[in-house]
Amino acid sequence: MRRPKNKKFFPQFFALLLILLVLVSVYLFCDVSAQTLNYNIPRRLGVLAAIAVVALSVGVSTVVFQTVTENYILTPGIMGLDNLYIFIQGLTIYLLGNGTFNMMASTSHFVFTLIVMMCASVGIFLFMFKLNKGDIYFVVLSGLIFGMAFGGLSSFMQVLMDPSEFSILEGRMFASFNRINMDLLGIAALVSTAVSVWMFCDIRSLNAIVLGRRQAIALGVEYKRVVLKSLIVVALLTSASTALVGPVTFLGILVVSIARHIFPTFRHDILIGGSILTGLCALVFGMLATERVMQFSVPLGVIINFVGGLYFIYLMLKVKRV
Amino acid sequence: MISFEGILKKYGKETVLKNVAASLPTEKIIAFIGGNGAGKSTLLGIISRLLDPNAGSVCIDGRMINQWNCRELAKHLTILGQSPNSAARITVEELVSFGRFPHTNGTLSEEDMKIVGEALDMTGMQPFKNRFIDELSGGQRQMAYIAMAIAQDTKYILLDEPLNNLDMSRSAGIMKILRRLVKEKSKTVMIVIHDINFVSFYADYIVALKDGELRYMGDADSIIRPEILSDIFSTDISVEKFGDRKICIYY
Amino acid sequence: MILKISQAILLVFLSGLSVFIGVAEISPLDLLDLSSEQAQIMLSSRLPRLFSILVAGSSLAVSGLIMQRITRNRFVSPTTAGTMEWCRLGVMVSILLLPQAPSLLRVVCAFVVSFCGTMLFLAIVNRIRNAGIILVPLVGIMLGGVVNALSTFFAYRYDIIQNMASWLQGNFSLVIAGNYELIYIGIPLMAAAYIFADRFTIAGMGKNTASALGLRYSAVLYTGLAIVAVVSSVSVVAVGNIPFVGLIVPNVVSLYRGDSVKRVLWDTAWLGALLVLVCDIAGRIAIYPFELPIGIVLSIIGSAVFLILITNSKKSYA
Repeated sequence: MRRPKNKKFFPQFFALLLILLVLVSVYLFCDVSAQTLNYNIPRRLGVLAAIAVVALSVGVSTVVFQTVTENYILTPGIMGLDNLYIFIQGLTIYLLGNGTFNMMASTSHFVFTLIVMMCASVGIFLFMFKLNKGDIYFVVLSGLIFGMAFGGLSSFMQVLMDPSEFSILEGRMFASFNRINMDLLGIAALVSTAVSVWMFCDIRSLNAIVLGRRQAIALGVEYKRVVLKSLIVVALLTSASTALVGPVTFLGILVVSIARHIFPTFRHDILIGGSILTGLCALVFGMLATERVMQFSVPLGVIINFVGGLYFIYLMLKVKRV
Repeated sequence: MISFEGILKKYGKETVLKNVAASLPTEKIIAFIGGNGAGKSTLLGIISRLLDPNAGSVCIDGRMINQWNCRELAKHLTILGQSPNSAARITVEELVSFGRFPHTNGTLSEEDMKIVGEALDMTGMQPFKNRFIDELSGGQRQMAYIAMAIAQDTKYILLDEPLNNLDMSRSAGIMKILRRLVKEKSKTVMIVIHDINFVSFYADYIVALKDGELRYMGDADSIIRPEILSDIFSTDISVEKFGDRKICIYY
Repeated sequence: MILKISQAILLVFLSGLSVFIGVAEISPLDLLDLSSEQAQIMLSSRLPRLFSILVAGSSLAVSGLIMQRITRNRFVSPTTAGTMEWCRLGVMVSILLLPQAPSLLRVVCAFVVSFCGTMLFLAIVNRIRNAGIILVPLVGIMLGGVVNALSTFFAYRYDIIQNMASWLQGNFSLVIAGNYELIYIGIPLMAAAYIFADRFTIAGMGKNTASALGLRYSAVLYTGLAIVAVVSSVSVVAVGNIPFVGLIVPNVVSLYRGDSVKRVLWDTAWLGALLVLVCDIAGRIAIYPFELPIGIVLSIIGSAVFLILITNSKKSYA
């Protein structure tokens, strides 16, 4: 709980902010000449804004998810929402055929994707939660199983598609920050900020849930309500960030595990803040790496999952006993 | 006062508690005894709203348990589960401060910190207050959680097998603290406990369960009798005088 | 005995049904007097398809059974432990390195990768066993996702993502004489599983118990893993990913047969073959004259059955 030693983490926050500032300025002003100024700077600002939305969603949802599952090796990305997203994209392309490229980038399609994902995920979670009287692991596993079923369906569609249709889908299968539409960005930012603020109302209860279900209830936390709310928040945030940029399955575990190293505390305000900052740094750095070093050859999403996946294996091998 | 009636609890097809009813006295150490699977922990869980019964009701200080606001109830009653644990890195002092959770809105006042300090003193955890709980020995960790329950300052304190895996001096230490809580602070302590001699030496009141039924209930002296104990534990137990106490012998 | 006979009759009946479904019409009466074209279809397509279904179904179910005993967790199988994903990674590596590699080489490559990958999974399981029965498959599926992410990274670089999707999809419609025979490797492996059955049962009681009973625990462990990895690799290369068979069949069988490996082995193999056969027939009838790949049918049926299984078993195992 709150004590004067809150200030303990100031140096870490300060250092992260500094790193972020350096990365952002390098990213913004690298290779900018007078001719390209008007094109490059606004585009890059847009990318940074998208990064901010994703870092917020991923940071909040992963920390909350790990707290309510009482487990630090899980990430909300595994709950099947990625596969649902790819399924919706694939279905649209498959049903509408080849002329869909413009349609795919439109605001209405984005809103459609977002609403379907939110309704489906919240619906599944609520149903499973009720069905199993609040056993959270069951809810997670059901999400995963649904994800596998959607994965099966979408790989079926991928086989059926002709290569030109597939190339449109391939562009949507991996997270990328380079095709952001400003309208979409506004909607996603609104959704994720509102949802995060809503979650912050219960931040004290989250702190107590760290002690486990029994002790949280003994301390007067409305355990069921908070856990259910957390699941809804996780579903909404994951939907928002996935619909905006595409699947970033293993970004959450990467960012939050690093943040836990830097900020070893149970306090969720600090932990979430730290995770968002870490996420920002990681994403801007990744953006620099894809644009400068790899010359756009591999989408950022693929690299994030590659690095995050390797980190997960490392984490699993070094964890003592869960 | 805590009372309950008609408590029925099933896990799947198995009935763990059938039609259990009682009114429990206050300002005493109340021990719940019985063999493995008798339903002691389940009953404690239902009284403390960790578990929902299939039928029956629990009444705490004149109000039904489901009419209590979660947080209000946490100011009156707390429970410490079996072998509590947490994945997070929390220091002892932070853990004990959690006890003030239902009483505050996030910021601990001077008063709250005083209560936390007293709980640390009472359990002898003051020297360890800056240690992380996952670095403590099992006994110390148990003590830290008990300090948290003390800091919560509730009228009723429920403990589910707090002596599990602890050595004799630790166990006796915990029981002495519980005695002090009853004597000095007028708390009511309910405890599930396996060692019948600890019950005999420290408990004021005993609730004995067997096969999901409440078989005997009464002052410790009236329950610590060879015929009753032998029935509850389905094994021969003899009771001998030891000073002004009773000691149970079983083999 | 009566049960076994009726099991066999059911399987034979459905096998017969399977042989006579298809675009080219062949009725049972034609068997007496097959035109050469019909005989050709029978020998090169229909029968190979039937055999590969039977062998793949039963051997995958058996390998799921072995994995569940070794890990002492009912929710572990090649699908939920990442084994299938490791196989895919192995196949991808072999294609990237040697585009013209014969399928046997691909199987070897997939086997090596999936054996190592499943070892990794077991190492992880040993650390988290106490954390609850549901966490183990959760971590396994996540590990599978990680492996997928790794494969995707390379697939993207070499532009073979769409090809990868087709390996992911279990599909028996491509089976013709000459490209599926590798699947028969599963038959001797099932025999080996039968010989080792009691050892798997004992190994399932844990390392300490097994050692106390004089069993070389790690030898049994490696044997079991090798069987699982070979069966998975062979089936991924020959017919693609067949999900959920190894997961749900042993669970259903143990509902009525208990847990001794020797006692359930026959039923497991039988039910595995039956399940895949039924799903294959369903996929062929559902949108006739087109086919739903078996992978889809099994994903949907398998996930539903799995959800029912964990809901029902939660109370007793969790």
